[in-house]
Amino acid sequence: MTLTPSPAIVIGIGNTFRSDDGVGIWVARRIREQLPDTVSVVEATGEAGALLEAWQGAAFVILIDAVRSGAAPGAIHRFDAPTERVQSISFPGSTHSLGVGEAIELARALNRLPPRLIIYGIEGGHFGPGEELSAAVARSAAEVAERILSEARSWATKVPI
Amino acid sequence: MIESHALHVYMLHAPDFLGYEDAIQMAREHGEIVQRGLRLKKTGNEIMSLLGGREIHPVNVRVGGFYKIPAQHEMAALVEKLKWAREAALETVRWTAKMPMPNFERDYEFVALRHPNEYPLNEGRLISNKGLDIAVREYDQHFSERHLAYSNALHSLLNERAAYFVGPLARYNLNFDRLSPLAKQAAREAGLEPVCRNPFQSIIVRSVEILYACEEALRILERFERPEKPAVEVAPRVGTGYGCTEAPRGILYHRYRLNGQGVILDAKIVPPTSQNQKTIEDDLWKFVPPRIALPIDQLQKQCEQAVRNYDPCISCATHFLKLRLEHE
Repeated sequence: MTLTPSPAIVIGIGNTFRSDDGVGIWVARRIREQLPDTVSVVEATGEAGALLEAWQGAAFVILIDAVRSGAAPGAIHRFDAPTERVQSISFPGSTHSLGVGEAIELARALNRLPPRLIIYGIEGGHFGPGEELSAAVARSAAEVAERILSEARSWATKVPI
Repeated sequence: MIESHALHVYMLHAPDFLGYEDAIQMAREHGEIVQRGLRLKKTGNEIMSLLGGREIHPVNVRVGGFYKIPAQHEMAALVEKLKWAREAALETVRWTAKMPMPNFERDYEFVALRHPNEYPLNEGRLISNKGLDIAVREYDQHFSERHLAYSNALHSLLNERAAYFVGPLARYNLNFDRLSPLAKQAAREAGLEPVCRNPFQSIIVRSVEILYACEEALRILERFERPEKPAVEVAPRVGTGYGCTEAPRGILYHRYRLNGQGVILDAKIVPPTSQNQKTIEDDLWKFVPPRIALPIDQLQKQCEQAVRNYDPCISCATHFLKLRLEHE
């Protein structure tokens, strides 16, 4: 077994002008400096084609996005995309493109899913205009940031191929 | 145009014609075609990102020009990608031409911009096949938006004749002679006449427009010289400005009234989808009766396909329709 660093990406998704919708970007910015060099950080709108491009060739991917499932604001959802379907949850995105749920299922159909793809969905409360996160969402964002940091550090050290 | 049309043709509308639930299901059987669509769309996104600052709702444009003009080498990097996209667009025209087309026509009033020598995108007069021929500043004298009790959407109507049709089919029908030789030839080979009244054929016309847009982008890139300044200075003054562009879905009208400091006192924006609203409804009135005996789920799918001819914004473009039949 060879142990080598493998391309790992953290993708923050959202629109920072739409309050809680920006939480994915918020987490990405918060952890960017603290991640090992082997992990890159990308900010994205969530548009399906761009996501497929962003994770092309990556072995480990973490996505963070706001979700709307009816749970209490701040609730943290975690999916393991290669083994779970995620379409049942709504990722509110632009009205002009396919979103995160479609990206994952499209990638599955085209054999373009990364071997490991973890999705953190943080339940948003307010998606109207604004640049602030609601209090419950901000607390969860901080928690997700910590969880991703520890998860990403474990990948970045040694990865069996 | 490239990004929006490629998304709609490949991901939203083609599955209707080919009998798939959605693009994901289509991708399982036609992976290569979906990959081509994604790459074509990405080429459009790259142009938007470079010039507009981001892929959707560009932020780099300003009054008088741009905030920042890309470097010569950044623009040159698009050329090879666009040459691929031009070929892919030709393939797209051929692919859509083979799709089973519902037989459906109406006597529409098509409205689009008309430019003295270009296929219209950014400027021109507003014309129709039923005698409209006005300057953009006269728009409000001829069109009005109405609230209807049963609808959340504003309906824009021509004062003289009510419903009208904007978008790819209208542009094509009113400006076939302004297309490039290659786009005209591709359209003819796809079986399109210079005037086409079947809205389902919009999927082929969109593909022809992708082809034209790739050619036009290449033409611009080949002649591109980076200007010294990204924008000309514009001093604010009292006045009213009128503008109309051809957005991918059709004419997009803006009007702004400004004071001497450049503060906008009053604004009006009429997007294409509200202009097609009445025509979409009228299509359904004619489309449904001959199909009324179909099982409701089939009828619903066919109605969705008919609505998608107009590429309404995506919130309305996936499985959106709740069909309720009231038999008398």
